[in-house]
Amino acid sequence: MSGKPRLHYVNARGRMEPIRWLLAAAGVEFEEAFLETKDDLKKLQTNGDLLFQQVPMVEIDGMKMVQTRAILNYIAGKYNLYGKDLKERALIDMYVEGLADLNELISSNFFQPADKKEEHLASVMDKAANRYFPVYEKVLKGHGQDFLVGNKLSRADVQLLETILLVEESKPDILAKFPLLQSFKAKTSNIPNIKKFLQPGSQRKQPIQEKDIPRLMQIFH
Amino acid sequence: MAGKPKLYYFDGRGKMESIRWLLAAAGVEFEEEFLETREQYEKLLQSGSLLFQQVPLVEIDGMKMVQTRAILNYIAAKYNLYGKDLKERALIDMYVGGTEDLMGFILMFPFLSAEDKEKQRAFIVQKATSRYFPVYEKVLKDHGQDFLVGNSFSWADVHLLEAILMVEEKKSDVLSSFPQLQAFKRRISSVPTIKKFLEPGSQRKPVPDDKYVETVRKVLRMYYDIKAN
Repeated sequence: MSGKPRLHYVNARGRMEPIRWLLAAAGVEFEEAFLETKDDLKKLQTNGDLLFQQVPMVEIDGMKMVQTRAILNYIAGKYNLYGKDLKERALIDMYVEGLADLNELISSNFFQPADKKEEHLASVMDKAANRYFPVYEKVLKGHGQDFLVGNKLSRADVQLLETILLVEESKPDILAKFPLLQSFKAKTSNIPNIKKFLQPGSQRKQPIQEKDIPRLMQIFH
Repeated sequence: MAGKPKLYYFDGRGKMESIRWLLAAAGVEFEEEFLETREQYEKLLQSGSLLFQQVPLVEIDGMKMVQTRAILNYIAAKYNLYGKDLKERALIDMYVGGTEDLMGFILMFPFLSAEDKEKQRAFIVQKATSRYFPVYEKVLKDHGQDFLVGNSFSWADVHLLEAILMVEEKKSDVLSSFPQLQAFKRRISSVPTIKKFLEPGSQRKPVPDDKYVETVRKVLRMYYDIKAN
């Protein structure tokens, strides 16, 4: 029993990826137990390990935590990545929830019918460029600091970097009109824990490949 | 300038209802501005008040807060409804996550076709009775206390009561196999601030009707079809 957090999920990004990012940014080593088959999920369910019978589940500090937001809130709170007071937390929460909405839109592309995927992706990229990224560009411009909130690294910065990289996978020039986000991306990527996480061989997961889709679908459906 | 929080949303439940519940439970008086026309919404958009161009918006403590979860977190923490430490907060967050998922199935209900409504009703009841209610029933049974977390009234209790009442609107006897939840419902409904909110004439909103759906579609220009789960 290592005492390290233990993540239970499939070997893919999904809803666990922001948790991996946040632990990595906090410099916390973690283990992963991958669900490979439907039986692996059933076993966790029948053991009573999953409060609402769903993953993600993270074993941390004697708790079996579920619900992505709950897990992220706990990690951020524990490792001082959640601002210094209620008002900083309010800003961080607003920024993080906006990014979560964008992330959700991007993941939902997977479930679009084949003939609608391209159109859907274009509309999501449009939202990234016109609704979401301008907000963060403006925040950075407004205070001129390196980090989104309180002149200090927080979960909002980690999640913004994660989202920028995700959007760039679909549209590499998405930051063309956002000079401050470009320098934010460069600076934040260089923070030692994050730099390490961005290197090959880390626990960061890659985009889903076509060949993996049937296996992953079968675990959950 | 009253100093009271001011809520900007439609005259209906939607994503703002949990916020109304929490403010009411905390005994905080609030004002509301209802979006009725597209023009009002466009004016709000142009004012730059909506960080991501969406409502809910709550003006509170000098901030223009958006994102339902951010607003709820702030209110819960400010009014001591968020547990006494990180571990209690973790439990509250997990429980609220569950009731939020459950109420999420109901959120889209008014926008469904008549046929899909029947399917969704069955889906909601099935999830409530097999996945969600058993969890809270067990939590209460295991510790035998009046409240879900830390023997103290919290956001988790408010949110669960809201969810129970919403599911009961879809099936009135849905709590028949859950004696702990029946007692919980009675207890929390009697908390003075909540009792007041449950009385006619409060700012609690009724079950969404066609007029609400029409207003939302018109104001947001949201004419696409919504599918059931």
